[in-house]
Amino acid sequence: MIKIENLHVSVAGKTILKGINLEIGEGEVHAIMGPNGSGKSTLSNVIAGRDGYEVTQGSITYKGRDLLAMAPEERAWEGVFLAFQYPVEIPGVNNTYLLKAGVNAARRHRGEQELDAMDFMQLVREKAKLVELDQSFLSRGVNEGFSGGEKKRNEIFQMAVLEPSLALLDETDSGLDIDALRIVAKGVNTLRAANRSIIMITHYQRLLDYIQPDVVHVLADGKILKTGDKNLALELEERGYDWVREEAAA
Amino acid sequence: MSEVKQERKPEEFTNRDYQAGFITDIDTDTLPPGLNEDVIRHISAKKDEPEWLLNWRLEAFRHWQTMTEPHWPNVTYTPTDYQSISYYSAPKSQADGPKSLDEVDPKLLETYAKLGIPLREQEFLAGVAVDAVFDSVSVATTFKGKLKDVGVIFCPISEAVRDYPELVQQYLGTVVPTGDNFFAALNSAVFTDGSFVFIPKGVRCPMELSTYFRINALNTGQFERTLIIAEEGSYVSYLEGCTAPQRDENQLHAAVVELVALDDAQIKYSTVQNWYPGDENGLGGIYNFVTKRADCRGARSKVSWTQVETGSAITWKYPSCVLRGDDSVGEFYSVALTKMRQQADTGTKMIHIGKNTRSTIVSKGIAAGFGNQSYRGLVRIAKSAEGARNYTQCDSLLIGDKCGAHTFPYVEVKNPSATMEHEATTSKIGEDQLFYCQSRGISEEDAVNMIVNGFCKDVFNELPMEFAVEANRLMEVSLEGAVG
Ligand SMILES: Nc1ncnc2c1ncn2[C@@H]1O[C@H](COP(=O)(O)OP(=O)(O)O)[C@@H](O)[C@H]1O
Ligand SMILES: [Mg+2]
Repeated sequence: MIKIENLHVSVAGKTILKGINLEIGEGEVHAIMGPNGSGKSTLSNVIAGRDGYEVTQGSITYKGRDLLAMAPEERAWEGVFLAFQYPVEIPGVNNTYLLKAGVNAARRHRGEQELDAMDFMQLVREKAKLVELDQSFLSRGVNEGFSGGEKKRNEIFQMAVLEPSLALLDETDSGLDIDALRIVAKGVNTLRAANRSIIMITHYQRLLDYIQPDVVHVLADGKILKTGDKNLALELEERGYDWVREEAAA
Repeated sequence: MSEVKQERKPEEFTNRDYQAGFITDIDTDTLPPGLNEDVIRHISAKKDEPEWLLNWRLEAFRHWQTMTEPHWPNVTYTPTDYQSISYYSAPKSQADGPKSLDEVDPKLLETYAKLGIPLREQEFLAGVAVDAVFDSVSVATTFKGKLKDVGVIFCPISEAVRDYPELVQQYLGTVVPTGDNFFAALNSAVFTDGSFVFIPKGVRCPMELSTYFRINALNTGQFERTLIIAEEGSYVSYLEGCTAPQRDENQLHAAVVELVALDDAQIKYSTVQNWYPGDENGLGGIYNFVTKRADCRGARSKVSWTQVETGSAITWKYPSCVLRGDDSVGEFYSVALTKMRQQADTGTKMIHIGKNTRSTIVSKGIAAGFGNQSYRGLVRIAKSAEGARNYTQCDSLLIGDKCGAHTFPYVEVKNPSATMEHEATTSKIGEDQLFYCQSRGISEEDAVNMIVNGFCKDVFNELPMEFAVEANRLMEVSLEGAVG
């Protein structure tokens, strides 16, 4: 699905990612864990195409294409989705309207017919149930006045509607209480599919109790220092990150 | 290494061809440039006006000559040479005044059709009556008969002077006196056409009324005068739209609008202003210097001003409400967009005189490119205005970093029982908002439009349905970039 090779990225002149190598196959779920400030969000932003991140070395190949040459909206049309760590509020822009514009832009891109308002509303109602998002959120401004947890739920709801091939979930678990976490995890698990890859960024192993990853990576100091299975997450929970750093330095 | 850069910055999304910029090639009867008492006599004679109106004009003119042009607004422009513009221009084919629709020059019908305003009977906008003003004259008014059946008068003001002189004389200049300000005095001296609306007691006007102003002739000014009277318990929703051709010269538009609302009457006045804004270097465009005021004379009367100001090189206007009647209500909802080199100094005045009067001000300013805009608002609570309340919200949105937005709120409270609330925000169109939309598959250009329209939503919601769509589209026109 996606292959990242020797990726170096700097932000505002400061090098954040220093040679990331990562390959994720179709249908796989990978967790990326790492201390605060290690570059996890930077990586997800670069994949989604945010401005201001300078790729100084390396490449990202997505479905066999050069991802870095694509505009952010084109990446979305091709199935890249980012659930933001801090979803932004867009006052006055209707949540459903934004999604409909996104879905239909992607459909146009694929040469498919656009969904009309009726069909779209039906789709949206169905997907809202998946994350137990109250219908009233559909007609509100994008994230306008949503609580932290509601914003995160809204992100997963959007993922459900947009049906991406590659979903990046950037700390979707943070700020969620245990009930909300369960709901969100259930939603994500329902969205697991053979043709859908997921990258979960988190620094708590808690989320991984609910969504079992195939592979766990440790991102620290701008590099993937260690890769393992879900037991690695448990070990990190117990021992912290320093031993990984020491091991990598040795 | 490949880095994906945004190829276009938001400020580039602000230029787009002005779609109403064409010129209608038509024979005109145009006065030579210049302003003196003879010109005023000539205009008055053209319209076959009664003696009192000529004298009213001359008095205004004499007053105007003693006044100097004000310079306090936060705008800069080349001053107008009042002797170099023509004060009357009318299509020759309309020389004998407003005609029945079948007799209107096809060229004029075509002009309005091109602007999306069908005047032919079979194409009328459902539920909307239109008065079409072309340069100095009204060329057609639709649905006049149907309105007449319920007692509503909707006609060009020159026709009202002829057919309903007592009504005009009773109300003209009672809200905006001839000497009110420099431009109001000028307008009173030389006004040519505009709409007259009278809604009799207890009548709810059965359709939207609208006037469509078009400036076409070169080197002319448009000085229209609109007078709306809503008698006790009546209701009317009125809309004006404005466009002008694309020309390198600045043209002056100095209108006066007077609204009178008696007991329990309601007037909803909406403006979609799309005068030619000039080009990206600030060449040409309309000077839009307008005096609009409502007199909420009656108890429980209510006037709502809603304006969407997207055109003009310079906009300078403050639609205001004098809340004289007890429990009367004034509202002002405004979206002003300044792009390229456009400048706007706009806002409102809410003058609370009656008891328990209420006013609401919602102003949304959007500046892009090198656009500059100011919100200027006055809320005055007179000593007599026991229990008055005002809510003011003014938000500014900046697109790019070469534009500017300013707010000048003035408050004068003479009665301690007043309740005042004021909220103000200034935000930049966020890179994070744009990216959020893009990551959902929406192009940057569509995202800008979406965010701007969202920002304006509270105001657009106040527009009559038929025009909310138009307003949305106008904002789009103004912000879309030529896609490369
Ligand atoms: N726009 C930015 N400007 C400057 N520094 C940034 C910017 N974005 C991120 N950084 C820096 O990059 C580093 C990695 O940040 P981030 O990717 O958000 O880490 P994580 O998500 O792993 O907590 C941090 O030191 C952060 O301060
Ligand atoms: Mg982060």
